[in-house]
Amino acid sequence: MAEEEDGHLTPEEAQRYSRHLILPEVGVTGQEKLKQSSVLCVGAGGLGSPLCLYLAAAGVGRLGIVDFDEVDITNLQRQILHSTADVGRPKLESAKETLEALNPHIDIVSHGVRLTSQNALEIFRDYDVIADGTDNFATRYLVNDACILSGKPNAYGSIFRFEGQASVFGIPEGPCYRCLYPEPPPPGLVPSCAEGGVLGVLPGLVGTVQATEVIKLLLGEGKPLVGRLMLFDALEMRFREVRLRRDPSCPICGDSPTIHELIDYDQFCGVGPAVEEPQEIGEITVQELKEEQDAGRDILVLDVRNPYELDICRLEGSYLIPLGELMERVAELNPNQDIVVHCKSGARSAEAIRRLRTRGFVKLRNLTGGILAWADQIDPAMPKY
Amino acid sequence: MATVFIPTPLRQFVDGQDAVHADGATVDEVLLSLVEQHTALKNQLFDDQDRLRRFVNIYLNDEDIRYLQKGDTAVQEADEVSIVPAIAGGYY
Repeated sequence: MAEEEDGHLTPEEAQRYSRHLILPEVGVTGQEKLKQSSVLCVGAGGLGSPLCLYLAAAGVGRLGIVDFDEVDITNLQRQILHSTADVGRPKLESAKETLEALNPHIDIVSHGVRLTSQNALEIFRDYDVIADGTDNFATRYLVNDACILSGKPNAYGSIFRFEGQASVFGIPEGPCYRCLYPEPPPPGLVPSCAEGGVLGVLPGLVGTVQATEVIKLLLGEGKPLVGRLMLFDALEMRFREVRLRRDPSCPICGDSPTIHELIDYDQFCGVGPAVEEPQEIGEITVQELKEEQDAGRDILVLDVRNPYELDICRLEGSYLIPLGELMERVAELNPNQDIVVHCKSGARSAEAIRRLRTRGFVKLRNLTGGILAWADQIDPAMPKY
Repeated sequence: MATVFIPTPLRQFVDGQDAVHADGATVDEVLLSLVEQHTALKNQLFDDQDRLRRFVNIYLNDEDIRYLQKGDTAVQEADEVSIVPAIAGGYY
């Protein structure tokens, strides 16, 4: 808890923030503004790590974090809030410890829940600015809509592989995430970071841009990243910017909005149980596949991962066609053959099955849990990623 | 020929290039010429009815073509076309 309830700086704080105090754009007044401010970071992962660290270091008085996940060893390549000893602990616990060690003068508020349509408005109510460091489309639309409905600015950042995007949404007259992307991609078309990979420092760069925007918003200084989408390409080391406009026909921030309350975002993004699959995708477990193979059944195991993933691990005798080349190379496959399709964990292979069906393939099964399930349950010596 | 910027997630479909030159007098023509050169990119940008996917935005220089003349927007030689797909950073 901050020592001074009146929001003024203690001598100790004044010393800590001295490099801010001598900036004319911040000064004592600005630093006290930060102390009296509250920011909610949605997610304590790749983007949330630099966001929380810099906001805590900068002296934002109350920092809320929403996360329900546990620290996994594969997080540590980029999620610098957490350390090796934290593996298996709730991210919130680990984050709170790191941040309190960094700055004992601020208040860390833990929200150990999954952000949902039922709790988002309630949680957002107590914060001045929301910073979106989530990792999926459903939560992005939820954060966007909750920000618009509650009138809160949203410091947005997003990453994939070597690509980053940042902007500020939810400012009156400014655009929102739906103005930028009215609809999410259909599930399976774009791989997740877990499947597609992400450069470890990339969330560092993008999360730091978000933290900068949050601090500018709180101080009321500079030109916020409103109406502009920052694009970052780490491979070429190139920052670009495109113009973003508020869409007058936007269903939530437009002139005649049709969305007045939070909706079912899993359904909106096509990942929920409410979405009808025109035809169920047949699944096969790794044990079943192993049994059928051992029994000598003629099955083609089709691996739709990318070639560099094969360098990590592969199933013996599998046939490789990366998802992106599938429709070009469909002639290599026999539509009457029994085919078990797999990827890393099952999303891309399900999409491959949808596509193959449009070409008349019928004997298709999706390997539940992908090659990771095989590594877990059949071959513990297989490297996982 | 216009320069088309390819975002990093789609570079695997254009032999790893960050930018590709493509002919065309309009944005639609440029994109068509692009996917003719790099056929694997087609499914990423267009749906089964050959409509541009809604999570893929196209910019002519720094302006969203939805606020210009969409696919009919005229493209000059020196123009830059950017493909900016939605990215979320993780699981669905």
